[in-house]
Amino acid sequence: MSEALTTELDEHSQHLLRDLAPQVLGIVARRYRDFAAAEDAVQEALIAAALQWPQTGVPENPRGWLIRVASRRMLDAIRSEIARREREQEVALDALRQDATDVDPDDTLTLFFLCCHPSLTPASAIALTLRAVGGLTTAQIAHAFLVPEATMAQRISRAKAAIKTAGSRFHMPEGREQSERLAAVLHILYLIFNEGYVASAGESAQRIELSQEAIRLTRSLHALMPENPEVEGLLALMVLTHARREARTGPGGELIPLDRQDRTLWKQPEIAEGAALLQKAISRGAVGAYQLQAAIAALHDEAQRAEDTDWPQILALYELMKRISDNPMVALNHAIAAAMVYGLTKGLELLRALDADERIARHHRLDAARAHLLEMAGDYKAAIAHYHMAATRTTSLPEQQYLQTQAARLCERL
Amino acid sequence: MNYILLMTSNKAGVNSYRQWPKADVEKHFAFLHRLNQDLTESGEFIASEALAGPEQARIVTAGKDGMPITDGVFPESKEFLLGYWIIDVESQERAYEIAARLSAGPAPGGSATAMPIEVRQIMTRKAGDL
Repeated sequence: MSEALTTELDEHSQHLLRDLAPQVLGIVARRYRDFAAAEDAVQEALIAAALQWPQTGVPENPRGWLIRVASRRMLDAIRSEIARREREQEVALDALRQDATDVDPDDTLTLFFLCCHPSLTPASAIALTLRAVGGLTTAQIAHAFLVPEATMAQRISRAKAAIKTAGSRFHMPEGREQSERLAAVLHILYLIFNEGYVASAGESAQRIELSQEAIRLTRSLHALMPENPEVEGLLALMVLTHARREARTGPGGELIPLDRQDRTLWKQPEIAEGAALLQKAISRGAVGAYQLQAAIAALHDEAQRAEDTDWPQILALYELMKRISDNPMVALNHAIAAAMVYGLTKGLELLRALDADERIARHHRLDAARAHLLEMAGDYKAAIAHYHMAATRTTSLPEQQYLQTQAARLCERL
Repeated sequence: MNYILLMTSNKAGVNSYRQWPKADVEKHFAFLHRLNQDLTESGEFIASEALAGPEQARIVTAGKDGMPITDGVFPESKEFLLGYWIIDVESQERAYEIAARLSAGPAPGGSATAMPIEVRQIMTRKAGDL
């Protein structure tokens, strides 16, 4: 199945299929009022396309083709259903007789909200979003998350069952519910992006570029809600961060910190695009967390050299972020920015205050930040101790290797 | 988060399992099968393997010419690895819960094996910008 999708179809057709999948699913789910059955029917239609199109060529109206095939599958399912429930026959057949090519953009949006339902765990919401909105197969999602296909299939079917139990019909939430659900949708997209934001070494070629997929999905959400500043802010953040991908790791997959990255590897067109998105988002008024993070990413991206970084601006943005969220990681970054603006003593003093915060006191990032500042201050012995402490506390392999290398480098200077 | 659950036993333990009555052995295997099924259904299962008996284990070191030198297994070894589970769970607490369920597997006479299960987080390749 995934073989067919990844090897037989050319890249253009793969993209086409993924773009069409949520539209087709939206139409079929709305028409037949059964999300789970529609989801299965559309998956079958996608597989049929992956098998047939390489031989027959892409049909003239690919969306109509997919809707027809999915509808036929639905009809098969419905037929066996109406054998028992004849009363529903007329409704179903009526729906099938309609010309099935009209697209209501709200359908795709409703899909986003349905897949990021509050009754789901993040892991399930991610899986369902990638399949229903992203059009990826279960096998592809399983590969991307390095779990067996059977496990992923269960996650997806449990997610669908959970939505059913929660009684969600295929409709758009309104008012306050809509804005709460949008926050969940953005969070899931952010998680997918971060999941793909990994060191490149040792990854199998089968692994889907999750960051790229998250950007693609956020782009389509942005197309559906072009006026929403947080959607725009998140898209800007992703694009601005993704622009640095090739400079983030060395040939062995080791992490390279921002101030030592080869900035000629940063993608300037993407930085320009992200900055333009950010400008538009900010001009809309309400400023949220994603926009602030994007603004910080933009300031890093726009510095020609590390020493050109506009730290006073970054510090001001972290101060704003501290005001809207009580997140110790924000306080940590704020302390680093303060060190760059007011000096290392000030930075170390702010970090000391975080020792009392249980949420971060034993977090490796606090040790790593302290180690960096101590190193800059010339206190190599203390820096080495904190690099080691950070290395034992992280569960990320590239990060551990990075931290141990830093400690070893300083040991040579003692 | 990914965790590995390591089921270990000492030599006396390994020998005593081999003398369990057939019905108890079957009950224990059914328990393990059920556990794996439940983990798959909850979307938490990644992998699980049982290992061959410790008599077959060998310690391998490279000689000066790079050729393998095999030794052991050593009778003084205190702990033997019997098998492992790799799971993908939302929290450390959930990993501990599953380990406790493993440790509560049935032994002869209706009691639990109370086998010690070592729980270690698997290092991920994920990392944000430094």
